[in-house]
Amino acid sequence: MAHVATLIVLFPLAGFLLVLLNGRNMSEKQIGAVGTGAVAASFLVSLISFFMLLSHSSREVTVRLFDWLSVGTLHVPAALLVDPLSITMSLFVTGISALIHLYSMGYMHGEKDYRKFFSYLNLFVFSMLVLVLANNLVLTFVGWEGVGLCSYWLISYYFDRDSAASAGKKAFIYNRVGDLGLLIAMFLLFNHTGTLTYLDVFSKTGTLSPTIATLTVLALLLAATGKSAQIPLFNWLPDAMEGPTPVSALIHAATMVTAGVYLLVRMSPVLAMSSSGRMSIAVIGGATAFVAATIATSQKDIKKVLAFSTVSQIGYMVLAVGVGAYSAAIFLMISHAFFKALLFLGSGSVIHSLNGEQDLRLMGGLKKYLPLTFPTFLVGWLTISGVPPFAGFWSKGDVLTNVFEHNKPLWALGVLTAILTAYYMSRLFVLTFRGTERFREVTQGHDPHESPWVMTAPLIVLAVLSVLGGVLDLPWVHHNSLAGFLEPTFGYVAAGGHAGTLAQWGLALVDVAAAVLGLLAAFSIWRGVTSSARYESAFLEHVWRWDDFYDATIGRPLARAAQFSDDVVEAQVIDGAVGAVALGVARSGEGLRKVQSGFVRHYALATVLGLAVIVVYLVARVG
Amino acid sequence: MHSSLWIAVLLLVPLVGAALALLTRKTEGRAYVVAVAAASIEMAVSLVVALLYNNHLAHAATFDFYTRHVLSAPLGLAYDVGIDGISLLMVVLTSLVVLLALLGARDRRREPAFVGWLLLLTCFTMGSFVAHDLLEFFIFFELTLIPCYFIIGQWGGAQRSRAAMKFFIYTFAGSASLLVGILYLGFTHQHQPGGGELTFGYGALSSTAMSHGTAVWLFIAFAVAFAVKSPIWPLHTWSPLTYAEAPTAGSIELSALLAKLGTYGLLRFAVGLFPLALSTMRPALLTLAVVGILYGSALACVTSDLKRLVAYSSLAQIGFITLGVMSGSQIATVGAVLLMFNHGVITIGFFLIIGFLEQRRASITVRDFTGLQGPAPVLAALFTVVMLASIGLPGLSGFVSEFLILLGTFATHAWWAVFASIGVVAAALYLLWAYQRVFHGRAEGANLEITDATSKERWVLVPVVVLIVALGVFPKPVLDRISPSVQQLIEHTTVNGVTK
Repeated sequence: MAHVATLIVLFPLAGFLLVLLNGRNMSEKQIGAVGTGAVAASFLVSLISFFMLLSHSSREVTVRLFDWLSVGTLHVPAALLVDPLSITMSLFVTGISALIHLYSMGYMHGEKDYRKFFSYLNLFVFSMLVLVLANNLVLTFVGWEGVGLCSYWLISYYFDRDSAASAGKKAFIYNRVGDLGLLIAMFLLFNHTGTLTYLDVFSKTGTLSPTIATLTVLALLLAATGKSAQIPLFNWLPDAMEGPTPVSALIHAATMVTAGVYLLVRMSPVLAMSSSGRMSIAVIGGATAFVAATIATSQKDIKKVLAFSTVSQIGYMVLAVGVGAYSAAIFLMISHAFFKALLFLGSGSVIHSLNGEQDLRLMGGLKKYLPLTFPTFLVGWLTISGVPPFAGFWSKGDVLTNVFEHNKPLWALGVLTAILTAYYMSRLFVLTFRGTERFREVTQGHDPHESPWVMTAPLIVLAVLSVLGGVLDLPWVHHNSLAGFLEPTFGYVAAGGHAGTLAQWGLALVDVAAAVLGLLAAFSIWRGVTSSARYESAFLEHVWRWDDFYDATIGRPLARAAQFSDDVVEAQVIDGAVGAVALGVARSGEGLRKVQSGFVRHYALATVLGLAVIVVYLVARVG
Repeated sequence: MHSSLWIAVLLLVPLVGAALALLTRKTEGRAYVVAVAAASIEMAVSLVVALLYNNHLAHAATFDFYTRHVLSAPLGLAYDVGIDGISLLMVVLTSLVVLLALLGARDRRREPAFVGWLLLLTCFTMGSFVAHDLLEFFIFFELTLIPCYFIIGQWGGAQRSRAAMKFFIYTFAGSASLLVGILYLGFTHQHQPGGGELTFGYGALSSTAMSHGTAVWLFIAFAVAFAVKSPIWPLHTWSPLTYAEAPTAGSIELSALLAKLGTYGLLRFAVGLFPLALSTMRPALLTLAVVGILYGSALACVTSDLKRLVAYSSLAQIGFITLGVMSGSQIATVGAVLLMFNHGVITIGFFLIIGFLEQRRASITVRDFTGLQGPAPVLAALFTVVMLASIGLPGLSGFVSEFLILLGTFATHAWWAVFASIGVVAAALYLLWAYQRVFHGRAEGANLEITDATSKERWVLVPVVVLIVALGVFPKPVLDRISPSVQQLIEHTTVNGVTK
């Protein structure tokens, strides 16, 4: 067991080092093969570990690698925790990553920094796996910041574009603010439980006072809002679309941005200690889901729509965590990874065929030119819209059913968000694939091309997964389901059990109605129209003016304060005070004027003389 | 216990090297060869000392390589040296700094006088770190000023005499207060019941009985000198000017090494000798540390010159060290000692790379650079590693020390740790912004023609990168050496920290 799970992490690390150190001697194909192969191997090992875990009597296996930080009472090993939650995460992370690596071989073909791209991508997978497999919070933090760093590098991949460079920096800074939360959560937990190892913390949650528990949960929530792009730290994610599209699919949709949800789920025994903490989580999740969905209705860039859609969907996951529906959150996380990766890669294929154009107003009628991208995208669209029997219907339904049992207003907000989801996705679908062809100028009159097989094959696999993903956790199956597998990991499971069968049918009908309503609205509005001031308000297009608000309330005042420190405090107050003292001393004695003669030799002499004076003084004193 | 001859070798090698370098002629360029040879021997001996230290006994806290010879009983003057887990890293840092400064900072290195001063500075700094006697420490501490004056004042930039003057005024004032403090402590010890001979030995003085008020005044007298040297806010304003005006090797020596004399002195002497003062002085110094972190970060955001950026970033980093040193927590203090070393390594990296840029473009102004990652990807990558370590990215060295400091301080002084943590965000802000302005964007004109790191430049930075990664991934050997000594010191301050 021990060695096998270690390999999950080591394969991508080896791939990273190989490409980084030896990439210059490798062809593009070899680099792609090594990068993709390393992640695929990691996926296979995850599968093996999964089956070993199934046959194992204990579902929690700790793999100690080496002693990392050990000082006084602090003991932080580099160690892995192999349990249902971490293995589930590893499986879907490595699986999706392998597909996106394959896709990137085609998408990034001919790029100048091909080698760097694949080494970053492998480093990302390594960091993500460290994040989910770590057996303690500090090691999770290694992966947590590691994925943030890779995200920074990959967003600013086209670094000669100022927008890309700024977007990368913005992502890192926003994430850092969130990381502050994780640091403080660690400080609190170490201070009150004396350990940072997950299982040890969980065995001592009973000793946490309600205040400390709530503070810890809020700190964890801050961490999650940074990494998972939730209110108030969500507005770095749309900028992150500056990165190449496979990066958006992998990091900014399927895997990294779900890390915050993973962290909250992992810490569920601590969440169990604070109902007000959980309530805050649910409210943040619900609000983000709704706000982001409204913004997505008015974006003109295909990737920005998908970015806000991602923020919104993660909002659902956070909402699920907040009501204690942990397995529903993970279920949505996995199915979302399938369909959102599918949609992003599909949009990448569209962008690829239009020579890099991302503006929805310059698309349309692509259906007949993209024979593989179109049907797979169609599947993705229906899945995210919540149409049965695709995976999204089951996973979103699972979340909403759980929310209904705990909090009716948040459930209503969730349903409203579901209508908006179906609406903005249908708008995107219509503007891209249907209607008149508006791309001739972009393609200089040529017909758009379908992408090569390395790009379409992952689309097909993801489409199949989106169709079938629902079987992971069908509501009437309780054995061999994802929920059944995961539940032992959680310290607290939503009380009240499952809703009655009748209520479940009723809620399912509401979900279907929401999807249909959104679809119909979009089709009736966006038939033959490409932009509409009425349905794309500037307020929504500009993200509720969120950036302007931060700029006015935080950015500019801080910049002014820093400038003031430089101009006034440093130059005049502090230096002035010292100068005044020095001047006073100099003026007080005529003889001292010679000291300030400006020749360093005199100062050196003064030092030596000073030492002589010490000696004389001592002799006099002793004598 | 190992022979004290090892320390004698550490002190003599740079001294002999300096003498030999000064005997060579300026035109021959042999001074540089001699200096590198001496620095290499020094480095090798330091590493052997680090490996031998207490025979790998993980929990030995005693001073190794110890000896005491009284040179003059009536003067209380003694040659009293030893190395414990706290000074061990500083010894290694001292030799690392001079070796890399010689190898990497290519300006002026052919001048016998310049390399001679560098080696003398190494000898004096080494002496300060191994001194186990306060008077002896003071003499070495004070002697370090002489080479510094010459390095800044003769080989510095356009404003070198102003920089040297400012440096002088500050440090001299600080030293005066330290000297008064040391003498007062020595005489107090001599005149206490059963005091006997005049001594400035660290061991003897640490058991000096004194009132709370005396302890506080002595603590302040010591702390002022160390605060200037470190520098701790608000006694820092000499440092941006001096770091910017000094030649590259001088900036490295000052910020990577001599700054640590301040923080080391604060821990070893101010905290170690005056436990009674701590209850009063802790809140004040912790607050200054936090202000330094935030203030340094703010100024690093708005400064327009790369060396000043590192100076203000160092002010923030020294704030973290001070926080750990004053926290009273074993974990945080270990982190602080480790950060003294890590910050040294990181600063070497920063100043070397800035020196490389200065050589190419004759400028250190941020505005003069743009898009360097295109023409100089290796230089950009090397800068990135150093920058990320400074930001505190887990897996690299800076994180380990910063994390230990904040975690430990949170347990004893939670609010200070929380505010200090904001510095973690701020570090990312000013460094990434600087990186964006210098390395991102589209290179044009002179920036487009910039050459990437040469193989010599790469090799000089290899030790920096290796230390940054190694101490981030596997800091255990180092932590095991620091920890017992720190534990002993913390226990001493806890036991003696209450009025009997």
